[in-house]
Amino acid sequence: MSTLDSKVPEGPLKDKWTTYKDKIDLVNPANKRKIDVIVIGTGLAGGSASATLAEQGYNVKAFCYQDSPRRAHSIAAQGGINAAKNYQGDGDSNYRLFYDTVKGGDYRSREANVYRLAEVSGNIIDQCVAQGVPFARDYGGLLDNRSFGGVLVSRTFYAKGQTGQQLLLGAYSAMNRQIARGKIEMYNRHEMLDIVKIDGKARGIIARNLITGELERHSAHAVVIASGGYGNVYFLSTNAMGSNVTAAWKTHKKGAYFANPCFTQIHPTCIPRSGDYQSKLTLMSESLRNDGRIWVPKNMDDVMAIREGKKKPTDLSEDERDYYLERRYPAFGNLVPRDVASRAAKERCDAGYGVNKTGEAVYLDFKSAIERYGKEQAKIHNEENASAQRIYDLGKDIVEAKYGNLFQMYEKIVDENPYKTPMMIYPATHYTMGGLWVDYNLMTTVEGCYAIGEANFSDHGANRLGASALMQGLADGYFVLPYTIGDYLSNDIRTGKIPTDTDEFNEAENSVKTTLEKLINTGGTKAVDYFHKKLGVIMWNKVGMSRNATGLKEAIAEIQELRADFWKNVRVPGGVNEVNRELEKAGRVADFLELGELFAQDALTREESCGGHFREESVEIDGEQQGEAKRDDENFTFVSAWEYKGTPSEAQLHKEELKYENIELKQRSYK
Amino acid sequence: MSKSKFTTIGRKILMALSGFFLMFFLLQHLTINMLSVISPDTFNEVSQFMGTNPVVQFALQPVLIFAVFFHFIMGIVLELQNRRARTVKYAYNKPSANSNWMSRNMIYSGLVVLAFLGLHFYDFWVHEITEKYIDGDMTGLIDPNNPNSGYRYYDELSEKFIDPIRVIIYIISFVLLALHLLHGFQSSFQSVGVSKGKNFIKKFGNAFAIVVPAGFIFIAIFHFLQH
Amino acid sequence: MNLTLKIWRQKDAKSPGKMVTYPISNIEGHMSFLEMMDILNDELIEKGEEPVAFDHDCREGICGMCSMYINGEAHGPDRKVTTCQLHMRMFKDGETIHIEPFRANSFPVLKDLMVDRSAFDRIQQAGGYISVNTSGNTQDANSLPIPKADADLAMDAATCIGCGACVATCKNSSAMLFVSAKVSQYALLPQGQVEANDRVLNMVNQMDIEGFGNCTNTGACEVECPKGISLDNIARMNRELMKAKV
Repeated sequence: MSTLDSKVPEGPLKDKWTTYKDKIDLVNPANKRKIDVIVIGTGLAGGSASATLAEQGYNVKAFCYQDSPRRAHSIAAQGGINAAKNYQGDGDSNYRLFYDTVKGGDYRSREANVYRLAEVSGNIIDQCVAQGVPFARDYGGLLDNRSFGGVLVSRTFYAKGQTGQQLLLGAYSAMNRQIARGKIEMYNRHEMLDIVKIDGKARGIIARNLITGELERHSAHAVVIASGGYGNVYFLSTNAMGSNVTAAWKTHKKGAYFANPCFTQIHPTCIPRSGDYQSKLTLMSESLRNDGRIWVPKNMDDVMAIREGKKKPTDLSEDERDYYLERRYPAFGNLVPRDVASRAAKERCDAGYGVNKTGEAVYLDFKSAIERYGKEQAKIHNEENASAQRIYDLGKDIVEAKYGNLFQMYEKIVDENPYKTPMMIYPATHYTMGGLWVDYNLMTTVEGCYAIGEANFSDHGANRLGASALMQGLADGYFVLPYTIGDYLSNDIRTGKIPTDTDEFNEAENSVKTTLEKLINTGGTKAVDYFHKKLGVIMWNKVGMSRNATGLKEAIAEIQELRADFWKNVRVPGGVNEVNRELEKAGRVADFLELGELFAQDALTREESCGGHFREESVEIDGEQQGEAKRDDENFTFVSAWEYKGTPSEAQLHKEELKYENIELKQRSYK
Repeated sequence: MSKSKFTTIGRKILMALSGFFLMFFLLQHLTINMLSVISPDTFNEVSQFMGTNPVVQFALQPVLIFAVFFHFIMGIVLELQNRRARTVKYAYNKPSANSNWMSRNMIYSGLVVLAFLGLHFYDFWVHEITEKYIDGDMTGLIDPNNPNSGYRYYDELSEKFIDPIRVIIYIISFVLLALHLLHGFQSSFQSVGVSKGKNFIKKFGNAFAIVVPAGFIFIAIFHFLQH
Repeated sequence: MNLTLKIWRQKDAKSPGKMVTYPISNIEGHMSFLEMMDILNDELIEKGEEPVAFDHDCREGICGMCSMYINGEAHGPDRKVTTCQLHMRMFKDGETIHIEPFRANSFPVLKDLMVDRSAFDRIQQAGGYISVNTSGNTQDANSLPIPKADADLAMDAATCIGCGACVATCKNSSAMLFVSAKVSQYALLPQGQVEANDRVLNMVNQMDIEGFGNCTNTGACEVECPKGISLDNIARMNRELMKAKV
């Protein structure tokens, strides 16, 4: 039944990529000048791909909706980037990075792709250092590493808490060099609204100039989608306000299969919502869980008293607190993986124990850590009879040195001193592992259309490890796509420039124009955000951290209803041919309203729990793991790839069976 | 230097260099003037030396005049250019939140000092040039025909400070010069790229900006009170 | 709290603009400034009026897209924050808040509070990079040790988010802090030495072509910079320029 060919080369895992690169067709430098490539998005993946393709000699047209390529949301990544350099001499290797990534992804990613990722990871660091990315260094002047997210080695390179920013600015600088050379034509403040196919091949796009409102036709021999993830389907997420699924979704509607849409990562440590006006959520580094203890009150009376401001969290004695992660997972405690920590917080809040006004917050308490560090320090300083205050002060200094900047950020946003009163945290949508289905070459099911970075599905399976997103984006853009695309483009050296005055372009432009006019002219009364927020609530409650068949079916019906309501009652002020932020938003929300349904449908189809996807029906019934996620390898070791058939509900499922030849499938346990 | 026009940074460095020269000149000028308080005779002798020494007159003086003109003209050119960089002003602006008055108003403190320089040139320089190079009297004596009449410099200086209005103009001008220097001193160092010892430069600059103009003011008041 | 907003409204780049007054009520201290703007816009849309156009994206202070001049200061009265991180608790009930776009002739207004900062991109294109191709054969990252102090200073300079607050704040609309941050980052690293002279000359030249004003060392940029980029970078760029010219 499967029509999907992953095109994974034969041979042993370790040699696949090298052998493959040696054999694929190349385009000679003189011919590259005759070939145009469009890249949508200028984040780590799109930026690095644009720069590299231009260095190789292709004519690149890059597009971003922001006012500069430097603003893409990769810039917000904090923690770091993994690479199997083994600089720390702790036994790291390509295989270990590969193994950790597949295991971390709960065995739902493609072995060959992940191995290749691990293989090129070291090159990324070399490349970035050569570009002048100021990674953190030790006193000997060599690169520093930290460990991240529960793996056994230190392989994460970082630049303070702004690794994403520095890597993105590195890619941006490489782009700038090519823009100055005339090899990249940069289109800022442009949004791709459709892809144009000629004879089954991706040959161009329709883009809207966000300043003049004009629709523009751009042709090319290949189109690369690097437009990031779709976490904003939840309305509230750690994504940027403008992050959207439109480019990927339009491509999906033109024939690209959408893979594993239900695999979403909900990050456990974000600053909670403070009210209905909230527009986005801010992530707090996961490292806080190394020292913070997570709890809610044991008694409902205390919860109420805290919400009403009659009691402070610090008034509660140890007996009155429920350290639920330590209670449920004595072995891992507060350091359980992201998905487990997130679900546990939701479980407590759903039961009514949420500690803020909205009922969606748990405490992350540093009191024990401050005390522990304080006592340690007192011993080191030979202060045997240190007062409680002295111990607190000594401990606070240590905590401040470790997390000072995060505490400061928290205080700016929440206006509470986290040294004195426990922090409040709650999970938030962070990353989407799903995306456009791609083969080993990163080509989608539309010939000549590629997807890279978060926009594709390939490397993270059902759950992404910390510090892996930056690695994947840059691997795809710097080291994978520029090779694999040559194999395809080598057939296009005689094609010549693609004309834009053809029927296919006419048709695509007309359909975009019709949609935009329809949005402007619905004559409704409600702002776009009204619908987006409603969609977010449905997604969060029924397709969020834990899912069940009833809820998912309801969600599908509710989203369909909401979508119909949107097209009747949305109000988009202003016109098409001008700056119109509401029109931009409306177009994106219209696509989210379709994707959301496919998302729920995918979640409904996958009747197992794996990674970020937790089905309440699929849990361990007894034994030590009772109540925990139960993966079903027998029936679900596949990638769901959905083919568009007119509406999201008619989408047809194709399965790419996943074969594990180098790794044994195991159940995760944290008890 | 490049063949084309100076870059904005190039101009700024030249402003700083001319500023350094002018600050050095101020210090030198103050030292000599102070002599008029301590010892009128020494003052007269040094004045005669400065007024007749060919190195001072034909090398340093033209450089000084060039530096003065350069500093003023470039300052005005930069100001006009800077105004052109923002033709639509803010409807509501609060510059005091992030910078001090002195740094924002160099053009005004500078123009006051320029106006003062006009008066000063008229008072002394034009007079000296006329005596020496037009009338051809290089002796510096009160009565050029009587070698025992003594030098005229001290008397001429002292005479200028009889008029209280002139004294007030002097005081105001030097207060403005102090404000100009409070920013100008440290700014010159920043412009030529000195960032080590920033705190020392700042402290020393503040002292310089206050002590030097205060010295000139003291001299004016001293002579005024002598009458 | 209840507030009076005076906001710059301008239809497009060509039309003249003016300050327009909007009362707004029920604002909470925990709201961010942009969430307050969202509420205003929702109210305007419901009334059938055009919402206020403003740039924003990440809303966590790192993308550099938000750019408002609030009560006479770039990114408003708080320090080391961007507009998106500014919270309403910084304001008092009954206060009047003036909101304008970042103003400089090199940053033309596109609509309302949106400005065109592509001049910054062009300066970076003039030399804000190290010429190294992607090959997979670059030398090993650790083959070139860099003193930690230099790496840290380079990192401090590299944290610039390119928002343009320095230009908006500077009484001369000078872009020196922005340009010097990039020049400094590379000047402090051995990788940047090869092209150092050309880089500083080309970037400064482009900065001048774009029509930014001259730096007069008022230091306002450093105070208003949301990332705390130091004036030392400007001094360093002055040195680099002298070095390149001599």
